[in-house]
Amino acid sequence: MICADLVERVTDYLEGLVGAEEAQRINAHLTICDDCTAYILQMRLAIRATADLAHVAPGSTVEDSLLKIYREWLRTTG
Amino acid sequence: MTDIDLQALRRGDEVEFLNLVRAYHSSLVRLALVYSPTRELAEEAVQETWIAVLRGLDGFEGRATLHTWICRILVTIARRRSAAESKVLPFSSLGDQHDAGPTVDPSRFLKSGPDAGRWASTVPDWSTVPENRLLSNEMQHVVSEAIARLSTSQQLVITLRDVHGWTSGEVSELLDVEAGHQRVILHRARSRVRDALERYLAPDTARAGS
Repeated sequence: MICADLVERVTDYLEGLVGAEEAQRINAHLTICDDCTAYILQMRLAIRATADLAHVAPGSTVEDSLLKIYREWLRTTG
Repeated sequence: MTDIDLQALRRGDEVEFLNLVRAYHSSLVRLALVYSPTRELAEEAVQETWIAVLRGLDGFEGRATLHTWICRILVTIARRRSAAESKVLPFSSLGDQHDAGPTVDPSRFLKSGPDAGRWASTVPDWSTVPENRLLSNEMQHVVSEAIARLSTSQQLVITLRDVHGWTSGEVSELLDVEAGHQRVILHRARSRVRDALERYLAPDTARAGS
């Protein structure tokens, strides 16, 4: 496995979607290549940073307007 | 995933409703942004989604997870609202056919010699970047902008998979995209986000001699 090929396999590797034989070749390469190891960490952190976008709290104005919707719904169903 | 007590919601428990809103609102806006030209329109689509969610709550049978069910409602609403929508575009037409080739700039690798295909220069080590920098608002902004520059199909896949945490199967079902193609799209999208972060983090990771 060479670096330029490994970078194209990172997503499948991280998702556990590479076969046993390929996983072994990737792992073997990572033990000798600090740059690819660093690259995989970068991809992991990029994925984590993307996941963080879900954790932005809505503003209080948004919450207030949604509560109004909720109360209105309760009133009409209740 | 957040556990929401549906009975409490139906009873009128405002705290539980806010728990639901806090758990999903931001990621729903992000998904709506894929279909909406402005943030304001995306917020409107999400607001309409919450109304539809409440109206449909009694019919929700828990066959999908609550989260998946809400996202499906949003996608239906957002597609209907978006101008290009009159006919639902097949996923394959959302355009990343032009985005082929390697995901890492080939000039980053040595072209010839016994080490051809190896990195030409050191890959920055992000393990030394302080945690508070990685979690900063600025960083979120960089990621958000990078996603906004992706093709529509890439935006949809990365948003559902990595922001909403959907499984590949759930995404395939919603978007009618085959698993292998979805992996290619996800890989490209993640690589673009990584690229943007590399540029953003360059000053933090600049090392002497590299």
